[in-house]
Amino acid sequence: MTDTARIQDSIHEQDEYNFAYLDEQTKRMIRRAILKGIAIPGYQVPFASREMPMPYGWGTGGVQVTAAILGRNDCLKMIDQGSDDTTNAVSLRGFFEKTAGVRTTCETAEATIIQTRHRIPEKPLTGEQILVFQVPIPEPLRFLEPRETETRKMHALEDYGLMHVKLYEDIARNGHIATTYAYPVKVNDRYVMDPSPTPKFDNPKIDRMAALQLYGAGREKRIYAIPPHTKVRSLDFEDYPFEIQQFDKPCGLCGADNVYLDEVILDDEGGRMFVCSDSDYCEERRAQGHLGPMAADPAAARIGTKEPA
Amino acid sequence: MTAKQDTQSLGAKAPLAAGFRDPVHDAQACFRAVMNAMARPGSRQPVGAPDLTPPAPLTPVAAALALTLLDYDTPLWLDKPLMASGAVKAFLRFHTGAPIVSEPVEAAFALVSSPGQMVPLAGFNQGSAEYPDSSATVILLGQDFQAAQTVTLSGPGIENSTVFSTGPLPPVFWEQAVANSRQFPRGIDLIFAGSSDIAALPRSTRILPTEA
Repeated sequence: MTDTARIQDSIHEQDEYNFAYLDEQTKRMIRRAILKGIAIPGYQVPFASREMPMPYGWGTGGVQVTAAILGRNDCLKMIDQGSDDTTNAVSLRGFFEKTAGVRTTCETAEATIIQTRHRIPEKPLTGEQILVFQVPIPEPLRFLEPRETETRKMHALEDYGLMHVKLYEDIARNGHIATTYAYPVKVNDRYVMDPSPTPKFDNPKIDRMAALQLYGAGREKRIYAIPPHTKVRSLDFEDYPFEIQQFDKPCGLCGADNVYLDEVILDDEGGRMFVCSDSDYCEERRAQGHLGPMAADPAAARIGTKEPA
Repeated sequence: MTAKQDTQSLGAKAPLAAGFRDPVHDAQACFRAVMNAMARPGSRQPVGAPDLTPPAPLTPVAAALALTLLDYDTPLWLDKPLMASGAVKAFLRFHTGAPIVSEPVEAAFALVSSPGQMVPLAGFNQGSAEYPDSSATVILLGQDFQAAQTVTLSGPGIENSTVFSTGPLPPVFWEQAVANSRQFPRGIDLIFAGSSDIAALPRSTRILPTEA
């Protein structure tokens, strides 16, 4: 047996990662960044983001934040666009089951830490919960000003005129503010922040949320945070106030109003339905006996089964 | 006192005190307490440090904070009583590897064992307008949360407002703390370490002294 093979064998025999994958020095570095992020709500704290065993864009920032705060007694929920059973959520849940051995759940109320990609659960979160966001581009001004040196100066001087010009141009071109996701907010009357690409439907939930919010951007190496009960205002104008998306129909499966809906294509003849994006919320409502207009639709029952031609 | 003398003065008298029994999970539990304290200014968060027997004047809770937050990346400043103790410095150097600096302004973290005589908050690194996160975190030891003087806190992490009291502190402390929060987003963050719990006061908190 060669030396290399022996070493590989002995590593394999150990059969374990450090708890939650990251080494302790990395966790300390991330933890310090989180503390500064909490102390300066909405400010993006640079951190030494590590290469993770998943590609950028899969939530390496959120995963590092979760790994740094996670404890043995935590119960973890992973969602991707509101759903617990899409690829990203399933693989990240598996990652922490393997490397940390923590309890995982799909139920919003049961979780102590919820890592999310681009949605906030419909059920209000409590003060005992922590919401971790996966963020692709943390800098709200990046598409307006590509230079980091400049955006940093703009944040330092609280110079957010450019962002208002962008929203104004939206109105000039489209008659309304056309930004529908990653809608910029001002945190604690100071920093303009990108709430990650959540639909603007979720922006009101960020305002004075009881749970602590942590945002991690792995590729861009930034961590930021919003403490509980913090004032978060979506940017707007007096004559064009901030508005969230409205849906004219309730959820097709559970009949819920005032929730964010996903479009599901049913066939290639234009058949479609709108269902809750938050899969746990929808399932819980159906378990309680709520029924949407499409719940008994034969087309809905055919999802996932092969139709004989 | 040089490092060599530190080791000699320790000598056969006192073996180096142990660190966390379970470094991974003890540090995680302590961090969560600090995070919750920082996210909810003025609230008291329990920190269990039953295994730790650090050399005085370092307290078990402060030792737990040091082991959780410090490493070779974090220059550490100690106040006079801590600096005078070779055993304390040996304990912190061995377990954390943090470089101990002599000027408050150079430190990322500061441990203050006799807060009654502490140096002004303005003496620590306040961070810059572009990098406010580079400021210092100051940990005050031996705090008693039943102290007579109270302040009212409001701001991020606090629903409406909360009443907070701690001591011992120098008489000018709250004036300094108010000035510290006025320069937001610059400013230092404070952690108050009691005998079994901690509280925190980030720079974002608005402080209203209560008339006694």
